[in-house]
Amino acid sequence: MQESKLRETLVLGDKSYHDITEDICRPIEGKPNKYWWIAFAISFCMFLWWAVCLSYTIGTGLGVWGLNRTVGWAWDITNFVWWIGIGHAGTLISAVLLLFRQKWRMAINRSAEAMTIFAVLCAATYIIAHMGRPWLAYWALPLPNQFGSLWVNFNSALVWDVFAISTYFSVSLAFWYTGLIPDFAVIRDRAKTRGRKIAYTILSFGWIGTAKNWQRFEEMALVLAGISTPLVLSVHTIVSFDFATSLVPGWHTTIFPPYFVAGAIFSGFAMVQTLLLITRKVLTLENYITVYHVDMMNRIILITGSIVGVAYITEFFMAWYSGVKYEQYAFLNRMAGPYWWAYWSMMTCNVITPQLFWFKKLRESLVATFIISIFVNIGMWFERFVIIVTSLHRDYLPSSWTMFSPTWVEVGLFVGSIGLFFTCFLLFARFFPVIALSELKTILKTSGSQSKKGTTDHE
Amino acid sequence: MSKKTIYGIYDDEEILLKGVKFIRDKNIIIKDCITPFPVHGLDVAMGLKRTRLAIASFCYGTMGATLGITMMWYMMIKDWPMDFGGKPNWSLLHNLPAFIPITFECTVLCAAHLMVITFLLKGKILPGVVPYVPHERVSDDRFVMEIQTTEEESAHVSKMLTDSGAVELRTR
Repeated sequence: MQESKLRETLVLGDKSYHDITEDICRPIEGKPNKYWWIAFAISFCMFLWWAVCLSYTIGTGLGVWGLNRTVGWAWDITNFVWWIGIGHAGTLISAVLLLFRQKWRMAINRSAEAMTIFAVLCAATYIIAHMGRPWLAYWALPLPNQFGSLWVNFNSALVWDVFAISTYFSVSLAFWYTGLIPDFAVIRDRAKTRGRKIAYTILSFGWIGTAKNWQRFEEMALVLAGISTPLVLSVHTIVSFDFATSLVPGWHTTIFPPYFVAGAIFSGFAMVQTLLLITRKVLTLENYITVYHVDMMNRIILITGSIVGVAYITEFFMAWYSGVKYEQYAFLNRMAGPYWWAYWSMMTCNVITPQLFWFKKLRESLVATFIISIFVNIGMWFERFVIIVTSLHRDYLPSSWTMFSPTWVEVGLFVGSIGLFFTCFLLFARFFPVIALSELKTILKTSGSQSKKGTTDHE
Repeated sequence: MSKKTIYGIYDDEEILLKGVKFIRDKNIIIKDCITPFPVHGLDVAMGLKRTRLAIASFCYGTMGATLGITMMWYMMIKDWPMDFGGKPNWSLLHNLPAFIPITFECTVLCAAHLMVITFLLKGKILPGVVPYVPHERVSDDRFVMEIQTTEEESAHVSKMLTDSGAVELRTR
C-alpha cells in the first residue's frame, strides 16, 4: 500500500480518517467567522448591483451599453470568454488529473469544480443578456416554430456554442454533484440538529457506501473524467471558433483553438490559486491544501502561460508572414494603436509575470503566488478585450473607425458578476464540503504524513 | 427460522479486507460491506462482478451521436435546406464537417447524463430515500460487514466475525 517516501506528502499533520471528517465538516457544522460575513456582505452587495444593472439592461435594451455600429461586441463577450476560461481549470483538475492519476488533485478538485459551475453560470448570463431580447433566448435551440419549419443554422459556430456550453455546464454539474453525494452522507450521519439531518438526507440522495455503490461510483467517475477531457477541450475550441470562423482580421486565424484552450487553463488555474489561498486560510485547511499543491498549480500556470506567450508571438509572426495588409494592420494597431495600453497590460501580465515561476522560491511563496495569480486574472481579461475590441474598432472602412468606452451599466455587470461568483462560492464553502473527503481518505495511507514516517521505520 | 442480520464493525479497511477472505473461507455468505470510501480490492475479495456502467455509457454515447446526426440531417438537409454563403446543404456527406462539433456534444451529453441516471437508479440513490445506517460512523471511519443469517446460526457467525477482527457487533 505504501509508496516511496520520495513522493511528496499530500496530507500533513498525522491525520486519521476521523480527523479528516472533523476538519472538513467543521466549517459546515460551526458558525461562520466574521471574515466570512464580511466577504459575504461585500459579495452580496455586488451581486445586488449586478441584478440592478441586468434588470436595467433587459428593461431598457442594449442601448444602455457602450456598443456602437463598429464595435458590436465588447465587454459582454470579453466577460463571457473570461468566465468560461476560468471554469476550465475545475474540469481540468478533476478530469485530466484523474486520468493521469495525480493524487494531489484530491484536495482541490471539489472547490475547483464548484468554481467551474459558478464561472460558467456567470458566463451564461452574458450570453443571455447580449441577445438584447433575452425572453427569445430559446430561438437558439433547434425547436420547430410558428414561422414555418425554419431551423437553426447548424453551420454556425454560435449554434455550436449553444450546444457546447449547455453540455459543458450540465455535465460539469452532474460530475460535481455525484462526487458530492457520499460527502453529503457524511454530514447527514453526523448531523445533530433535525433541520440539518433532513436537508442532508435529501442532498445525499440516501447514499450508503456499499461495495457495489462504490464500485459503480469509481467506474462512473473514471468514465466521466474520460469524456469530460475532450469535452473541456471542445468547449473552448468552439468558443474560439466564434471568432476564428469570421473574416475579421485578427480573428481569422487557425491558431485560435489551441491558444484559447491554453489561455483558459492558464486563467482558470490563476483563479483557483486566488480562491484557494484565501479558502485554506479562512477554513484552516493548511494541512490539506499544502505548499506542494500550490507549487504544482504554479507549474501548470508556468507551462500554459508560456504556451500563451508563444501563441501571441506566433500570431504576430503569421500576420507579417501572411502578407495580408489588413491582418498586418490589425496587429500593428493592437500594439501601437489607441489601445496600446490594453495590449501591453496583456503582454506584461500574461507573458512576463508567469515566467517568475521558474524560481522555486516564488512558486512556493504564497504571497508571490497570490499576487501573480491576480496579475494573470487581469492579463487574461485584457487578452479577450484586446482580441475583441482592437480587432473590431478599426474595420475595413476607415470612416467608421471609432473607439469603445463602457457605460456604468457594463462596468456594473462585470463587477457585479464577480459578486455573483463570490456569493455562490461563499455559500458553497459554508454548506458544502470544500474537500472531497471520502476520496481524500483513499490516499491517506499512501500519501499521509504518518505513512511517510512508516516507510522510514521499515528500512 | 427467523432471519437475523449481523453487522460486524471494523476500524480499519485492511482488517476488513482480510476479514472478508476469512469469512468467505468459512462458507458464510457476506450480504454486503459498507465503507466510508472506496476500498480497493474489496469488490474482488467479495466476488462482485465488474460493473457494466462503462459499457452502458458507450451505448448511450453511440445513441447520442446517432441522434445528433439524425437531428441535423433532418433539419438542415431533409426538412428545410438553405444556401448559406454559397455553401448549400443538400447532402449529409458535404455537410458532415460542420456537423462534427454538435455530434460530439450530443455524444457526450447522452453518455454522461444517461450514465449518471443509470447509476442513480440502479443503486436506488434518489432524493427522498432514507437509508438504514448500521453504524453512526460508517461514513466516517468505520467499516461494516453485513451478514444475513438465522437465529440458530447467529452465535457461530458472531464468533467468526469477532475472530476476523471485528471490534463491535450489531444485530438487527
